[in-house]
Amino acid sequence: MSTLQTLIDATALGSIYALMAVGIGLVFGVLRLVNFAYGQLIMAGAYTLALTNGYNPALSILLCFAVVLGLTMTMEVVAFRPLRGTSPATMLAATFAISFLLQSIALLKFGALGKSVGTLTGLNRPIGHGSLIVRWIWIVAIVVAVAALAGLLLLLNRTSLGLQMRAAAADFRTASLLGVRANRVISLAVLLSGVLAATVSVILTVEQPYVTSDYALQDTIIVLVGVVVGGIDSLGSATLGGFALGFATSFLAAKLPVFGLGDPKYLYSAVFALVVIVLLLRPGGLFARRGQRAVERV
Amino acid sequence: MTPSRRAVALIGPVALIAGVGLIGSFVSDPRAIEFEKALIFAAIVVALYVFVGNSGVLSFGQIGFFIVGAYAAGELTVPADAKRSVLPSVFSLIRDHTVGNAWSLVIAAAIGALFAFLVGIPLMRLSGLAAGIATFAVLEITQNIVRNWEKIGPGPLTLSTVPETTDLWQATVGAIAVVCVAFAYQLSPLGRKLRAAREDPFAAQAAGIDIHRQRLWAFALSGALSGFAGGLFVHYQGTINVQDVYLDFTFLSLAMLVVGGVRSLWGAVVGALLVSGLDSFLLDSENGQISGLHSPTGTRLVAISAFMAVVLVFLPAGLTRGREFSLPLRRLWRAR
Repeated sequence: MSTLQTLIDATALGSIYALMAVGIGLVFGVLRLVNFAYGQLIMAGAYTLALTNGYNPALSILLCFAVVLGLTMTMEVVAFRPLRGTSPATMLAATFAISFLLQSIALLKFGALGKSVGTLTGLNRPIGHGSLIVRWIWIVAIVVAVAALAGLLLLLNRTSLGLQMRAAAADFRTASLLGVRANRVISLAVLLSGVLAATVSVILTVEQPYVTSDYALQDTIIVLVGVVVGGIDSLGSATLGGFALGFATSFLAAKLPVFGLGDPKYLYSAVFALVVIVLLLRPGGLFARRGQRAVERV
Repeated sequence: MTPSRRAVALIGPVALIAGVGLIGSFVSDPRAIEFEKALIFAAIVVALYVFVGNSGVLSFGQIGFFIVGAYAAGELTVPADAKRSVLPSVFSLIRDHTVGNAWSLVIAAAIGALFAFLVGIPLMRLSGLAAGIATFAVLEITQNIVRNWEKIGPGPLTLSTVPETTDLWQATVGAIAVVCVAFAYQLSPLGRKLRAAREDPFAAQAAGIDIHRQRLWAFALSGALSGFAGGLFVHYQGTINVQDVYLDFTFLSLAMLVVGGVRSLWGAVVGALLVSGLDSFLLDSENGQISGLHSPTGTRLVAISAFMAVVLVFLPAGLTRGREFSLPLRRLWRAR
């Protein structure tokens, strides 16, 4: 495989991971909560798409958004809100539990055999007939990722709603005293992360149409790692981190020596060794601003 | 803590474990196996507590040390005549040596400690999320290497024909030993220094505590206990496959610890035994072994994760609220 093709593949995976990273980084930004159950939101969206296979694609996607957003808001009201302000270990363990809960419900309801999604299969076609393979869905992923990040950065930094969100995140009580409807703006941020999760389910199921109860679990773990490696304290660096880890994984998968079939055997050792090295050199994050020490809230 | 309260704080968890062991000796054999598993989980969770509870730093690495201990203990006790077929391409050091049960547990603890110590030297400088992710990276690397390097184990295959020597008696004694070591550590000067650093890192540093060094001791001790628990586990199950344990056990043991209460030894023991007990009960109920209650297959996982989520949402400090076991002795005294 040519190096250029490898770079294109790596960029494609990186941008899907970047999109997930935006959602995870946004919730962390306002709640200081690492949402391990984010992958199960994507899984729920993917199952919705799989179960509505025969429907009009637009309706199917609409239902996917409805289910994911409903689930996101349930999580926010039932779990995130009561957990606000507790220790990070508790929040993380609680989202583990929620993640297990959703996985086991899916396993119970839909069985161990997967279901296939055929909503937007057309987008998985390569563009043109050249030797380089570029799929339509990759273009979609990159455009959506860039647009989502840019839109959110504008919202957070340029609008009064964004200012309120940042204020509620920085000091919930003071923000409330100053008239910010803190609960409402935090819920809005969580809702936006749900919109991103639903978007990821639509995009990811085009490339990986086979949905099981642990769908997107491995991806979520890698993105969570990437988000911390990039620098979780700002949305931009968190997203870049997600992109970078997706890019590095895909790139190393193509360039490391393969013994036998499939991915190189020691791919994940290489990736996680890189992660450790980066964390030791830049504990605050690879893309965190220099001189700005990571605030150890966790 | 007065000496009497101290004794009570140790007797609580030890008595609970001994009680579970005792009840286990009266039930049928298949059910006794579930008691053994619960006791081994108590050992795993206490091992995790030694680091996470005392330092306040999140770690996902302990199951990595558990895996290394389990494979070491397992491979060294596979009967000599079975080794060629079970471990065809390992180093001659592993192929030519076979040790007994007790030695294998000692070696598992030693390897766990050594591994944790070496990994801890660079990693213990980190704290917060960076520490959590870095220890998770260690877990992933351990898993990846154990699964693929056929010089140190069976590679992607399951390690089998390990003698099943962990019975109820050994599991009980093993778990009690782990609790006693953890208790001795947390009352020792080392443990107190680390707990001081957990409460206020700046004050602790000002008082001359080297936080990095204190965390490293706790990490190595926790690694030793995790390796030991791994040895108990492999001799309990007779087989092990790294793929089946590494993520599940990591999340389950952390959740058990947090459900019980991350800041106390009592919490670690209660969390592990309670969640394991509930798990076994639901498993029996799925199999129709509990009269009047027959739940459909798969509901066990739903119920257990719902239980953990509910406890964490309503009691974020855990069931014990991070307190050690105590009897209301003083209140009784005053009432007189």
